[in-house]
Amino acid sequence: MTTTEKTAGTDVTATNRFTASLSHIITDLGKNGIFLALIAVVVLFAILTDGILLRPQNISNLIVQNGYILILAIGMVMVIVAGHIDLSVGSVAAFVGAVSGVLIRDLGFSWWAAIIAALLVGALVGAWQGFWIAYVGIPAFIVTLAGMLIFRGLALVVLGNANVGSFPEEYRALGNGFLTNVLGEFDVDPFTLAIGAIAIVGLIVQQIRTRSGRQKYGQEVEPLAWFIAKLALIAVAIGAIAYALASFKGIPITLIILAVLVLIYGIVTNRSVFGRHIYAIGGNRHAAELSGVKTKKVDFFIFVNMGVLAALAGLVFTARLNLAGPKAGEGFELEAISAAFIGGAAVQGGVGTIAGAIIGGLIIGVLNNGMSIMGIGIEWQQAVKGLVLLLAVAFDVFNKRRSGGR
Amino acid sequence: MATNILEMRSITKTFPGVKALADVTLEVSRGEIHAICGENGAGKSTLMKVLSGVYPIGTYEGDIVFEGKTMSFKDIRDSEAEGIVIIHQELALSPYLSIAENIFLNNEVKGPLGLIDWNKANQEAAKLLARVGLKESPITKVMDIGVGKQQLVEIAKALSKRVKLLILDEPTAALNDEDSDHLLDLMLHLKEQGITSIIISHKLNEIKKVADSVTVIRDGKTIETIAKTDVTEERIIKDMVGRDLEHRYPDHTPHIGEEILRVENWTAHHPQDPTRVMVDNVNLNVRKGEIVGIAGLMGAGRTEFAMSLFGRSYGSRITGKVFKHGKEIKTRTVAEAIENGLAYATEDRKTFGLNLIEDIKRNISMASLQKLATLGLVNDNEEFKVANEYRKSMNIKSPTVLAKTGKLSGGNQQKVVLSKWIYSNPDVLILDEPTRGIDVGAKYEIYTIINRLAAEGKGIIVISSELPELLGICDRVYAISEGRITGELPIAEANPESLIKLMTMEKPR
Repeated sequence: MTTTEKTAGTDVTATNRFTASLSHIITDLGKNGIFLALIAVVVLFAILTDGILLRPQNISNLIVQNGYILILAIGMVMVIVAGHIDLSVGSVAAFVGAVSGVLIRDLGFSWWAAIIAALLVGALVGAWQGFWIAYVGIPAFIVTLAGMLIFRGLALVVLGNANVGSFPEEYRALGNGFLTNVLGEFDVDPFTLAIGAIAIVGLIVQQIRTRSGRQKYGQEVEPLAWFIAKLALIAVAIGAIAYALASFKGIPITLIILAVLVLIYGIVTNRSVFGRHIYAIGGNRHAAELSGVKTKKVDFFIFVNMGVLAALAGLVFTARLNLAGPKAGEGFELEAISAAFIGGAAVQGGVGTIAGAIIGGLIIGVLNNGMSIMGIGIEWQQAVKGLVLLLAVAFDVFNKRRSGGR
Repeated sequence: MATNILEMRSITKTFPGVKALADVTLEVSRGEIHAICGENGAGKSTLMKVLSGVYPIGTYEGDIVFEGKTMSFKDIRDSEAEGIVIIHQELALSPYLSIAENIFLNNEVKGPLGLIDWNKANQEAAKLLARVGLKESPITKVMDIGVGKQQLVEIAKALSKRVKLLILDEPTAALNDEDSDHLLDLMLHLKEQGITSIIISHKLNEIKKVADSVTVIRDGKTIETIAKTDVTEERIIKDMVGRDLEHRYPDHTPHIGEEILRVENWTAHHPQDPTRVMVDNVNLNVRKGEIVGIAGLMGAGRTEFAMSLFGRSYGSRITGKVFKHGKEIKTRTVAEAIENGLAYATEDRKTFGLNLIEDIKRNISMASLQKLATLGLVNDNEEFKVANEYRKSMNIKSPTVLAKTGKLSGGNQQKVVLSKWIYSNPDVLILDEPTRGIDVGAKYEIYTIINRLAAEGKGIIVISSELPELLGICDRVYAISEGRITGELPIAEANPESLIKLMTMEKPR
């Protein structure tokens, strides 16, 4: 019953199979246009910066410098998929960073207690905004615009308009630390390479299991050659990054946090009932409601989650600068929102992925980093980033229209 | 009275796959009130859209002759310039603007510099309001006055355009009795001033009160035009429904068992206006294997009843009791209603039923994700398998369940909606206009599915305004009007005439 049904392209002649494969590859490339864009941007800046972009130290920097934006982008894409927006994340990050600083300096909290308390504060902030959005029904734009002001103000109150610095080393590791020399000192750290190898093997095993699972259920799978080529490409990319990190300081703690988040939220958005409900709400809120989805509850928890991730981003940023200041996190919200949209999220909601948002964030990161290396001023950097956002979304709109769209 | 102000000759309008109007002829005498009657979907609104230029010249066949001249309207502005104004059922007023601003919207009273002369506009508006008998200041915001008064503002707006032919599409559908009476009186008053009106209405009482002649439309064709002296309720009803029931319905042998669902004293009020009763003390029941119809015209409270029952998705101040297998159940949220074995397929599948940007698979699993999940994680492959089984058993015409539902035809979309609810394994399915906007072939398939579900022992409630459909598939029919159940007939005793009578029965005054 389940496996007898052959889907298009599996039981036809060889030439047809070839054209089917080709058309699959083309649609796949269209769908992964954003990934190609990242590669293009990397290649472009690798050339423009005479290879400086791809030096081990710079790759390590790229990850650490953009970690907090990527963390925010993960939460933001879920907010956007549900049809909302969050303008407050930068202020919340600053507020939480400030709270953690004061907890450690003035109240004698240990580093781990401060981190846990900071994440709880983030959850509370999220619950506050989620309450207004989900249960009172005020548009997220308004609630989080207010939140942007409120929490920026509270950050100033907590700090008493001064900076808090000199955090414990363990805390600072969140933003600055590396897992390195675990096995002793080498030119190229074997531990980092081993982790890279494990990641590659894990990815390959997972992909093959998914593929065979689908085949078992008679679902269409992509052509084998294309599947292998894609896996090989990703494996090479991970290997190259691992090698670069291994020849610098090892694996940044920020990268580990990010990897864990991507793993967890990838599963949440793709596989969990909660994640499905987010997409259902974004696609058609009425239909979701009439299908028994508790839309208010889902909205509420999306913002609680965003609050926690904003707090985490605040901690990573504070740790990296070793300083909690009143100006921290300014403009983060815009970079996170841009990342989600460049990554293919739809303004109307219902569409968007964690992977897309991460890639979108990386494109912004590479643009920032590449242009800085080239010595381009901040004014042009801003303008270029704005243009890229516009073009990315325009490309998306164009693509949808061509394929018949909604 | 002898001259015709309007003649629509042999109007034929085709939509892809459907002939909405076939050779329709309508003649309206100068200075009369002309009523147009017909079931929902008979083609009344389409005809009026042709007349008012919503469907421009070239998209239909036939001629519109207005005041002796053949017209070629390219849009509504053209028809309004000639003095033909249509007032739709859903009022087209901007709630945040004042009465005067609405009246002169896009027709502003301008002073010497091309700027709006508000003093003059308000003064003119006040005169128009006096003509329609509305005692409100022109600067009152439209949102602050009731629906009845808003209707009068619409008419004042029409008067400001020097209307010669006023078309009112079900004008009293949303009004209470007092406002309705006032509106009908106003129509008679305007007639004295020489304004010709066309009124589209289901309500036979009000047609008898104001109309000088009645044209009945059925299945996109003119049946006849009856002069005032010959108008009887029986004749109109016979014209409206007089069609043979052909072989459009699959055979169905009911095996009716014990009662599954009973609703007692169900009352719901309007969500924004909690004093307005929308569902009035409804009592009904459904038995195992039984297909029960609810016959009602649009706005009669049938959808309001179903949605208020299904997790209080509509209305305020909802009271009443629900029993399943004799035990009282609660349906306070949609999730609770689903848990208690109810399912509701909405009449508007694009707005309320489907996630159009998502694929067939995810739409089918939407109401039952928990079934596919272990520890909160959905099994994708199992979901694919389930969806594929429904694709085959429900004959959803799509090569794969990964196709977006937005790209399917109406019939296939409806099959996806039904699949979703069948997969949720309900005891009672409420199907609201299950075949609206679906072609004849797909309708037959939907009826077959409904029969199959009944044969499996489910209780089915079908809400519909198409009487042949109800008569063709149901075992028992309730009629609803103005929120009240006005009658219950076993199918053997039901016929179109008896049902229409019940469906248009008004509250005792």
